[in-house]
Amino acid sequence: MARITLDHLAHAYKPDPRGPQDYALKEINHVWDQGGAYALLGPSGCGKTTLLNIISGLVHPTRGRIRFDERDVTELSTEARNIAQVFQFPVVYDTMSVRENLAFPLKNRGVPRDRTAARVEEIAHLLDLTRVLDRKARNLTADMKQKISLGRGLVRPDVAAILFDEPLTVIDPHLKWQLRSTLKEIHRALDITMIYVTHDQTEALTFADKVVVMHDGAVVQTGTPEELFERPAHTFVGHFIGSPGMNILPCRVDGATAYIENEPVSLTRAYRTLPQGQRIELGIRPEFVRLQERGDGLPVRVRRIDDIGRARIARVELAGNALAASVPETFAIDGDEAALAFDPRHVHIYADGHLVAGEPAR
Amino acid sequence: MNKTLNHKAWFLVLPVFALVAFSAVVPLMTVVNYSVQDTFGNNQFFWNGVGWFAELLDPSRELGGRFFDALWRTLLFSAIILAIEIPLGIAVALAMPREGWTVALCLVLMALPLLIPWNVVGTIWQVFARGDIGLLGWVVNHLGIDYNYTGHSLDAWVTIIVMDVWHWTSLVALLCYAGLKSIPDAYYQAARIDGASRWAVFRTIQLPKMRRVLLIAVLLRFMDSFMIYTEPFVLTGGGPGNATTFLSIDLVKLALGQFDLGKAAAMSIVYNLIILAICWVFYTVMTNVDADRERVEA
Amino acid sequence: MTLVLDNVSKKVGAETHIRDVSLTLTRGSLNVLLGATLAGKTSLMRLMAGLDAPTTGHVLVDGQDVTGWPVQRRSVAMVYQQFINYPSLTVYENIASPLRVAGLRSDEIAARVKDAARLLKLEPYLDRKPLNLSGGQQQRTAIARALVKRADLVLLDEPLANLDYKLREELREELPRVFAASGAIFVYATTEPSEALLLGGNTATLFEGRVTQFGPTPQVYRRPQDLVTARVFSDPPLNTLTAQKSGGTVTLGTGGQVPARGVFADVPDGSYTVGFRAHHLGLEASGAPDAIHLPATVSVAEITGSESYVHLDVGDRRFVALVPGVKRLEPGAVVTAWLDPRHLFLFDETGRLAAADLARAA
Repeated sequence: MARITLDHLAHAYKPDPRGPQDYALKEINHVWDQGGAYALLGPSGCGKTTLLNIISGLVHPTRGRIRFDERDVTELSTEARNIAQVFQFPVVYDTMSVRENLAFPLKNRGVPRDRTAARVEEIAHLLDLTRVLDRKARNLTADMKQKISLGRGLVRPDVAAILFDEPLTVIDPHLKWQLRSTLKEIHRALDITMIYVTHDQTEALTFADKVVVMHDGAVVQTGTPEELFERPAHTFVGHFIGSPGMNILPCRVDGATAYIENEPVSLTRAYRTLPQGQRIELGIRPEFVRLQERGDGLPVRVRRIDDIGRARIARVELAGNALAASVPETFAIDGDEAALAFDPRHVHIYADGHLVAGEPAR
Repeated sequence: MNKTLNHKAWFLVLPVFALVAFSAVVPLMTVVNYSVQDTFGNNQFFWNGVGWFAELLDPSRELGGRFFDALWRTLLFSAIILAIEIPLGIAVALAMPREGWTVALCLVLMALPLLIPWNVVGTIWQVFARGDIGLLGWVVNHLGIDYNYTGHSLDAWVTIIVMDVWHWTSLVALLCYAGLKSIPDAYYQAARIDGASRWAVFRTIQLPKMRRVLLIAVLLRFMDSFMIYTEPFVLTGGGPGNATTFLSIDLVKLALGQFDLGKAAAMSIVYNLIILAICWVFYTVMTNVDADRERVEA
Repeated sequence: MTLVLDNVSKKVGAETHIRDVSLTLTRGSLNVLLGATLAGKTSLMRLMAGLDAPTTGHVLVDGQDVTGWPVQRRSVAMVYQQFINYPSLTVYENIASPLRVAGLRSDEIAARVKDAARLLKLEPYLDRKPLNLSGGQQQRTAIARALVKRADLVLLDEPLANLDYKLREELREELPRVFAASGAIFVYATTEPSEALLLGGNTATLFEGRVTQFGPTPQVYRRPQDLVTARVFSDPPLNTLTAQKSGGTVTLGTGGQVPARGVFADVPDGSYTVGFRAHHLGLEASGAPDAIHLPATVSVAEITGSESYVHLDVGDRRFVALVPGVKRLEPGAVVTAWLDPRHLFLFDETGRLAAADLARAA
């Protein structure tokens, strides 16, 4: 059990880093509370795996310290850090039974046999592995194997944190649901810090209480799923979270009105001091865009409507910009002309990609 | 892929059939032919039935006696070779670097002995181990050990075994190295996290994952050592006495030295059958491993 | 061309990989094979390509029986889950390779490669080697190579499975356009229902080597002929419960009785399995007049920012509800879930569809 502190942590794979471009992981300061469920979310190459490996001790950071509670573990080896890890591809010991797999970490640490046996039963029960305890581990399905990997971490009473490295990659969609809800239940039952690395926004958002979004080696936003959804601090977050992502439109802002080409959009906040010479953009999520057949609103041309089962996504064009809008399951229009309205509370203004706060409009 | 119905494929296989028939079946039939006949030269042959086989398989007869002596010698040799080369090969593979420029260097160094022709290996060691001009022999003698591979059976055995180990351990090591390289890093990381000792990592990850290459290595090394001929022939010529006369050497002595073609043919057939039987056992073991694996993946 | 599979089966040893599949695929169509791992998607594609010959049944191209013809004699291109390109050739040469094999003139090759590159947005990368590209670009290269051949049949075996989530989303949106521009028969295997929906076209649902249904994608989604199809085509997994209709009342397997309204109104008395997707299980105050109320205990709530997946225990059943907005529900909380009796699937005892979602029956 531990609070994990990342203190001015940075890492470069090159031996002699000069500029920020040499860093695979740019400086990060962060505190992960004991018992929290965190996700590291970002595309391939964003530095999330580097960060995970620094926490687990497989990579020694170029700069900065990492502490578990007050203990500085920067120089400690993986085995001395009391962490457990679940990998992308299931790791089980082929020759052992499930029971032996689960007992393995305790056996290595010289825990008495009767205590080991009791603990294994307990964890197997928690993971619903009781009925396969005496089967050979390699004869099981991928989701079972992932549970065993997790179980080997959970049996250790001293484990400070469990790290997950894209653990659902090889699991079939319908089993992902079960495994994910099992993870959530375990997190709740055991009060262990869990850090989950993924490129899949749904996995990150559904698993974590707090999501750390990474882009190009840097953390661009840390927040709850709602914060990331409702107030993306960076256009990258807007784009990356949500499916489809946030609509980002180049615009001009004058006080509390934004102009997309020459179409005015009224805002709830005023932006009097926007930085000069930067790219100004307006961001609005498809969920907050209302499409009507006619009436007040921005004139748009409907390109097509995608049926994604539980909803429909209209692809429209506004003054030369492509835009997505969520429409109800029953939505249909004649022709391709329609009117668009933005929910003003959910319109955000970005300068060079970064959210501008603005001030409440009178 | 083989499910497509296309009989043309058989024509493509035909040349191989012809080649195999010419190179293997015809000579083998000749041997079978010799094994049931006796000859006194002049191309005159007499039917002898299973006489040679009966003589060969009866240890109380002269032929049987020397056959079984050579057989036990060869089996012992193979057993010793496997007992040394397999663990040593694994150990070398484990000690080899995983990455960096040293990998290429190691691989080249390891491959060197494998590239030397058998008779050259024999000659190298014949000189190397001589007491008068050979570096090894001279050093050992000067250490106060009475070593002479042409005089003492034990010395001859030790020399042949050391020579074979030197020549072939790299093959086992290279195979094992390939097996080790195919283990994903995640396994090692997981083992470190689980607090496994070096020995536990070896026993629970590396050994099980190397199982298949090890079977191949054991098979190859067994076959090779069981049929060893050139190196001991060059080094000791089967001596001193008959101390290093393995089956293959004995067979050549019988066939070409004494020109007992019938006996030699019978012996080579039995020799062949022994190898086939042992191969079959290995094959069954290996396919069982595979079938096991398939069941797992299905 | 038209590709017909006529009662095709494939046995390997004692195992049946494909069981009595009959399909007719027409020129210019996009056909999705949807099913879990090992459902037979790859086996079926291999039969279509001619990589395997069926144990029984026939494969016909434009009416001609081509059963047993080797793949070389057919006009087929394939894209795999792994990004398969020639590492030593540039992107241009990779795309051109099948044309060089076919012995086309170099100006013809250049024209075709340019077309394919434009369609797949590869123009800036034509001089690079595949290993210097992102996963998405590598897979685009493989797809371009498959298209440039102008094969009559293009098979894509989970082509996006190894890509990052966002890249997958991007390519999924582009692919239908790319496919439409070609005239070939496309067959696309996937494990994900959402991918099938986004691609549109036709969908064949596969289960244990059988095609359970084949038809236009939205129709298969909205009107699955049987329980198996509905399960294959649901993510989150289809919620099911048993129900017994007797006269004007329905007794639910989770306890409680409701009047026989909605889909229950017109079916004869008997036992049924009720199926409903996650977004049809409501938690907020019901808007439907005859809503069926189910007392439920919250097991886990997963929040994605815009929506919440709530895992509920109802009697001995575990349901997933997809509700809009952020629902913070503590595990163990007792809630009332509701179902609109019009938005249900009813399956009879043999698993056949007895009545479907009345509002949107196709």
